[in-house]
Amino acid sequence: MSVLAVEDLHVWFELPDDKELHAVQGISFGLERGERMGLVGESGCGKTTAILAMMGLLPPNASAAGRILLDGEDILAGGDATMRPHRWNDIAMVFQGAMNAFDPVKTIGSQIQEPIETAGLAKGKAARARTAELLELVGISGERQDRFPHEFSGGMRQRAAIAMALACQPKVLLADEPTTALDVMVQAQILELLVRLTDELGLALIMVTHDLPLVSQICQRAAVMYAGHITELGTTTELYHRPLHPYTRMLFGATPDLLAQREVTSIPGAPPRLDQEITGCPFRPRCDSAIDACALSYPPTRTAEPGHSGACFVEAHA
Amino acid sequence: MSETLLTIEDLVVQYRQGRKKVVKAVDGVSLTVAAGEFVALVGESGCGKTTTAQTAMRMVPATSGTIRYRDRDITNATQSEMRPIRRELQIIFQDPYESLDPRFRVKDIVAEPLEIHGLDNRDERVRAAMERAGLTPADLYLERYPHELSGGQRQRVSIAAALALEPTMLLADEPVSMLDVSVRAGILGLLNDLRTSGLGILMITHDLSTAAHFADRICVMYLGRIVEEGPAHEVIRNPQHPYTKALVSVVPQPDPEQSMQPEILQGETPNPADVPTGCRFHPRCPVATAACSSEDPPLRPAGSDGHRAACILV
Ligand SMILES: Nc1ncnc2c1ncn2[C@@H]1O[C@H](COP(=O)(O)OP(=O)(O)OP(=O)(O)O)[C@@H](O)[C@H]1O
Ligand SMILES: Nc1ncnc2c1ncn2[C@@H]1O[C@H](COP(=O)(O)OP(=O)(O)OP(=O)(O)O)[C@@H](O)[C@H]1O
Ligand code: SF4
Ligand SMILES: [Mg+2]
Ligand SMILES: [Mg+2]
Repeated sequence: MSVLAVEDLHVWFELPDDKELHAVQGISFGLERGERMGLVGESGCGKTTAILAMMGLLPPNASAAGRILLDGEDILAGGDATMRPHRWNDIAMVFQGAMNAFDPVKTIGSQIQEPIETAGLAKGKAARARTAELLELVGISGERQDRFPHEFSGGMRQRAAIAMALACQPKVLLADEPTTALDVMVQAQILELLVRLTDELGLALIMVTHDLPLVSQICQRAAVMYAGHITELGTTTELYHRPLHPYTRMLFGATPDLLAQREVTSIPGAPPRLDQEITGCPFRPRCDSAIDACALSYPPTRTAEPGHSGACFVEAHA
Repeated sequence: MSETLLTIEDLVVQYRQGRKKVVKAVDGVSLTVAAGEFVALVGESGCGKTTTAQTAMRMVPATSGTIRYRDRDITNATQSEMRPIRRELQIIFQDPYESLDPRFRVKDIVAEPLEIHGLDNRDERVRAAMERAGLTPADLYLERYPHELSGGQRQRVSIAAALALEPTMLLADEPVSMLDVSVRAGILGLLNDLRTSGLGILMITHDLSTAAHFADRICVMYLGRIVEEGPAHEVIRNPQHPYTKALVSVVPQPDPEQSMQPEILQGETPNPADVPTGCRFHPRCPVATAACSSEDPPLRPAGSDGHRAACILV
């Protein structure tokens, strides 16, 4: 059984003037124990919103529907009452920009200790010891817990943010752009850490990013999101070598590759607004393969091989 | 040989940090950019890329060294002496959100440099610059405000404003790092086209893949110095400096089957307030010898023509 399964998840944001923005439009996928999965797509496609829904941490103007199964139990069904027992304990998150979100006037250690004490895992000395242990786990000497955020480099603050998310030994870690804004070398260090943590702790990881090569490097599978939908889901090898969806193919085509001499081509246009109803395939205005049918309804999902599926009319007829 | 446009020689730039401390953000950089040439300056955060470009624009004073534009020494040029040079030498910044004034329409933003330089035929020049920047047809964009444009379109407006004066050389400081990958290629392709039409381009980036794709030459900076430079494909495929080797090895590949052997340097991005003795890379260098902590190696020819590296082992 998947440790986490998301079924037909929707999220709407209420906007002023009775308007609504449909940020996540029915996404489904499963995640196995110890697996690393990428959630990729352009800015605004709903990545952060989707994982905030899994944490039950959506802002007040949002509402969610669908099922979020943790070890088979639907934690979305009962609202906060069913979410709260699992949040941080079973499913935890490193927020987008977390490394810059530490309180500057409190030590790093005290900020990790706080949730440990709140969760009733340990108190006082024991909580301090646990904090040191967590820092060691992410490659920071435990003695440095009395340092302040400004005494840590960006990479170290990101490690500390990861340590904090691991405080209650979750089974699932959601990491939102954990290496964006870090130098390539520090990025490589953090990726190495995430791989080690998932391998050693059997932790399942969802890595949210707009950077495809990063996902190719460390994830076994990935979901490509566009305009609130998962347009393609498969192993990273399938996505790169046998993409089912034109968006996946065009995204890779826009990504420069250090060693390949092939041309890089941008994708014309921009993603659609999500506060208006979209008929047909949301990618159609930018797609290089669109046919008449694409304008009429949302494309059906086709499964090419077990676990590899895409939502596109043209590919569905192929 | 094309004409050399920008020449930087032995540039040193110091910043005062606090009352007593002085940091050498740039410590002996030399580089040239010729007409029709696309040079990429790459390196980790804080290594001095932006400072180098801003000094070339005289936005930051040089502590020592020389900056020449064509055959004119502009190292100590005054603002008024810089005016005619500025027409030829333009800079584009990283953030298309901050660099455009939200209160002005696109046509006014692109026309502003023309006004400053008192040029006429503004309408015509604005349209021409916009079309060159890929905002076609110009009519579609002239009346819009920045918030009515996508990130990629905003960056094109910045480029159009830089092109309005018909410069001969562009400095581009991380021109695509704030943009989604889907639109980056368009902007870079545009810079590439401009280069083909004779512009010299110095692009700052921390993305080696982008540099590998678009640049003719790559200069790798480390802690205020250029530690390796050469033809782009040579620097990427046959790196000579241990730092460049490590950098190249950690760049993620889009093909998951491309096996990677990342050589991850431990420790932090280095700080120019605290430059090590000898080769400034030696504390992080995986192949450092005893001599590396005392000898400060200059750039020396390595590999093929025009390829140089600053390491005692080359
Ligand atoms: N609190 C909110 N109220 C209204 N709309 C919101 C809110 N938060 C996000 N949105 C909208 O929901 C959509 C999805 O946003 P989300 O932050 O999930 O995107 P993302 O894929 O994480 O993008 P990025 O890569 O830029 O982080 C966007 O159109 C965004 O403007
Ligand atoms: N105005 C300033 N005053 C003092 N120090 C500065 C100033 N501007 C930059 N520095 C310092 O000079 C060094 C080089 O900075 P610079 O901005 O040139 O680096 P960079 O290579 O462009 O980095 P990034 O990739 O982060 O943009 C850094 O250590 C920086 O902190
Ligand atoms: S359904 Fe049509 S428009 Fe959408 S991606 Fe497929 S071909 Fe393109
Ligand atoms: Mg996000
Ligand atoms: Mg910079």
